[in-house]
Amino acid sequence: MPDAPKIEVKNLTMAYGSFVVMQDINFTIQKGEVFIIMGGSGCGKSTLLKHLIGLKEPAEGEILYDGNSFSKADEDVRRSMLQGFGVLYQGGALWSSMTLAENVALPLEEYTSLKPKEIRDICKFKLSLVGLRGFEDFYPAEISGGMRKRAGLARAMALDPDVLFFDEPSAGLDPLSAKRLDDLILELRDSLGSTVVVVTHELASIFAIADQAIFLDAKTRRQGAIGNPNELRDHSESREVRNFLLRGELDDAEAAENTKTT
Amino acid sequence: MAAVEELASPAKLETRRGSGGELVLAMSGPWMLRNQIPSFSEVEKACAEQPPNTISFETTGLADWDSGLMTFVQKTGDLARKLNTTLDYAGLPQGAQGLMKLADAVPEKETGKDNIERSLFYRVGSTSIVMAEELWETFTFIGECTLAFGKFFVGKARMRMSDIMLTIQQVGPEALPIVALISFLVGLILGFVGAVQLQQFGASIYVANLVGVAMVREMGAIMAGIILCGRTGAAFAAQLGSMKVSEEIDALQTMGLSPIEFLVLPRMLALIIMMPLLVLFADFIGIIGGLAVSLMVLDVTFQQYINQTIKAIDLVQFSTGIIKASVFGVIVASTGCLRGMQCGNSSSAVGMAATSAVVTGITGIIVADAIFAVLFNILGM
Repeated sequence: MPDAPKIEVKNLTMAYGSFVVMQDINFTIQKGEVFIIMGGSGCGKSTLLKHLIGLKEPAEGEILYDGNSFSKADEDVRRSMLQGFGVLYQGGALWSSMTLAENVALPLEEYTSLKPKEIRDICKFKLSLVGLRGFEDFYPAEISGGMRKRAGLARAMALDPDVLFFDEPSAGLDPLSAKRLDDLILELRDSLGSTVVVVTHELASIFAIADQAIFLDAKTRRQGAIGNPNELRDHSESREVRNFLLRGELDDAEAAENTKTT
Repeated sequence: MAAVEELASPAKLETRRGSGGELVLAMSGPWMLRNQIPSFSEVEKACAEQPPNTISFETTGLADWDSGLMTFVQKTGDLARKLNTTLDYAGLPQGAQGLMKLADAVPEKETGKDNIERSLFYRVGSTSIVMAEELWETFTFIGECTLAFGKFFVGKARMRMSDIMLTIQQVGPEALPIVALISFLVGLILGFVGAVQLQQFGASIYVANLVGVAMVREMGAIMAGIILCGRTGAAFAAQLGSMKVSEEIDALQTMGLSPIEFLVLPRMLALIIMMPLLVLFADFIGIIGGLAVSLMVLDVTFQQYINQTIKAIDLVQFSTGIIKASVFGVIVASTGCLRGMQCGNSSSAVGMAATSAVVTGITGIIVADAIFAVLFNILGM
């Protein structure tokens, strides 16, 4: 199937034991798209991401990549699919016993037959992409949180993945670094043609980078709306979605209305 | 000066009835946390006498206030909700009204986390379920480790040699001083106990047999096992636990690397290799401890003691200790790693994982040693 969507989620239900987090999630992501998973705190954004990268198994439903089932694949197939993923975790999740260069090198050592010298060069290049040239031999504990995050991105990009996942990329970053990371995400998408999935609730980032976004509604435990965030903000049928994208302006307006009438 | 003034005019509460049956709480003086604040029971009493239709506040005499006032107001609010009466905040200072508006903005949520006293059956049942799940996890872990070892022996395990080397360095050479100290002292203690008893029969030379056999068969392996459990098992649990908290283990998994092969296997191999060597070392140091006692308090020469020791211990004696050592190594490594992998997602969970690794490890060592004692007895070793 040449024109199967890059990622397809069918009737996904997510649960911890008997506690259902979200049900009936359906969406597709085309190749090269920047897709945002948004919603309030505790609505299951990160849980959805964990399902997409195989850390959690769906309670029901299926996840497909390029038309092939990921959630029902056996271990070997799944491992080869995982090689096409790059994941940036919230705190970077660098392996603390290894230097930055060793962190980036590990996936290369595992999945390629490159020589150590070549791997070293690739590590240097990937680290310089995220502005960490010269930090090859630092341990994660020796650098700041923002730098750790960027190093995590360098590691996620090590194998030139088809799909990049970001868990709250701008959390804990200053506005300029957050902006730089957004630019980097778009740049990577354009130059590598990667598909990008981002979990975030940072409105500035959402409007800056998203092609499509899904809103998870914590109250109904279902997906709220899917579409371009700019359109969702102005034309979504769901008040919840518009209010979220307007940073609560609807609530404020209502409160102002109430005080005027009383 | 200020303190004296406050003492002169303490926080006061007066309850009085308004014209329309409402309850007015008149507050005066400084309502601060560090001052004595009137007891809430006064309000409860007033409400119990005759339920009011409205509760309101009067704060013209109020000097100064902080969270002391606010907690009182919130308690009043809870009471009013219980009695189904309306509460009028209008009498409160402007700032206090704002704070109450914030506090009331989101109604109290039924979280189901109330401290309900559960019945005995419930508690026994839920504890059994948790234990069964834990047992299942343990079996899964053992199974995965076995598979990982299988892969290792056919040369397919994915792990880094440097990890094994680093762990070997940490668990072996770096543990030598503490193992030496403890074994020497254990040898010394055994020597003294033996010396006192055996001297009575004029058989003091047999202290060499006692110390030699006890160290080589039992104490060397047990002591080294317990030291490594506290030193290394706890470290493994804490390492893997904090890796879990910081999502490093997730990162391995999404890279298609098995945490068991990558993290647990090198640690197990390192301990299986180093444990027998450490035990051998502990045996010799313990024998030296016994020698020291003999030379100091007994009439035994260096040469006699060494000859007697060599006569007392044979290869079978040694091998029982060494076999045990390898098994203890597996126990220490697997309990440490298992607890680390089971660790929850908080820093206190890491502490609990380390504690539980040591407890499980030491229990495991003692149980295994008892099984070995029976087994060797049957085998006549």
